[in-house]
Amino acid sequence: MPVNPDLQGRVFPPTAPYLVGREKVREFARAVFATSPLNFDPAAAQEAGYDDVVAPPTFPVVVQEATLAQLLAEPDGGIDFSRVVHGEQAFSYSRPIVAGDELTATLTVTNIFDRAGISMVTAESTIVDASGAHVVTATSTLVVRGDDS
Amino acid sequence: MSLDKLDLRVGDVVAERTFHLTRDSLVRYAGASGDFNSIHYRDDVAESVGLPGVIAHGMLTMGLAVQPVVDWLDNRGIILGYGVRFTRPVVVDPADGATVTVVAKVGALGEDETRVDLTVTFDDATVLGKAQVRVSLT
Repeated sequence: MPVNPDLQGRVFPPTAPYLVGREKVREFARAVFATSPLNFDPAAAQEAGYDDVVAPPTFPVVVQEATLAQLLAEPDGGIDFSRVVHGEQAFSYSRPIVAGDELTATLTVTNIFDRAGISMVTAESTIVDASGAHVVTATSTLVVRGDDS
Repeated sequence: MSLDKLDLRVGDVVAERTFHLTRDSLVRYAGASGDFNSIHYRDDVAESVGLPGVIAHGMLTMGLAVQPVVDWLDNRGIILGYGVRFTRPVVVDPADGATVTVVAKVGALGEDETRVDLTVTFDDATVLGKAQVRVSLT
């Protein structure tokens, strides 16, 4: 089944709130070889003006994940996970994520582009905090191979 | 101390770092990120989809590649945006791992933002395309 062109413009329900834990930030920071004290030491983060440890720039992917799962599970979407390759990723930040943030993500399919048997699906996940203020937008472009490629 | 924009020129290398990835790094990243796609820890699955073997998560490569910029910025600026294209997989040998090199250069200087371009290489080839970090220097 090819990617359903009607997906374009579809907005998914907001994800359940994700509470950013201090140890999760540290665990993620270690995994991406981060060395900044802001990622590990609450005192250093507070001295720099943050409430708690600061998450590395690519941490939003952890929150975005739940929205991509919605997209892949969409019954009429036609996106077969076994044919998906991550083509591009971008983040646009209003502020860094900090431990203690409660984040909610909402995915919109912003573009579908078919060429030579592949579909490029661009999904934009807008991540806001508990007050509804924008924190970061995570945009993924998924490359979906067709049946015969 | 502030980063004086006047001291920066397009093309200046602002940071450089070499990372050594092992299979352990991939398992660690899988747990930390929640991405348990088995092409990142099972050679048989990786080979069944046409890869030479287990590859690093693209998001792990993206995540580590920005670290030299984070360290360079310290607390003297903020990151406004970061984007990459995944152009080539990083194959992580079970015994020898994989070495990834990141070079961060000033790509453009603007009034409100500075663009830092990353060259990320593995096995003498770039693995990320158009890897750009937009920063605001304070």
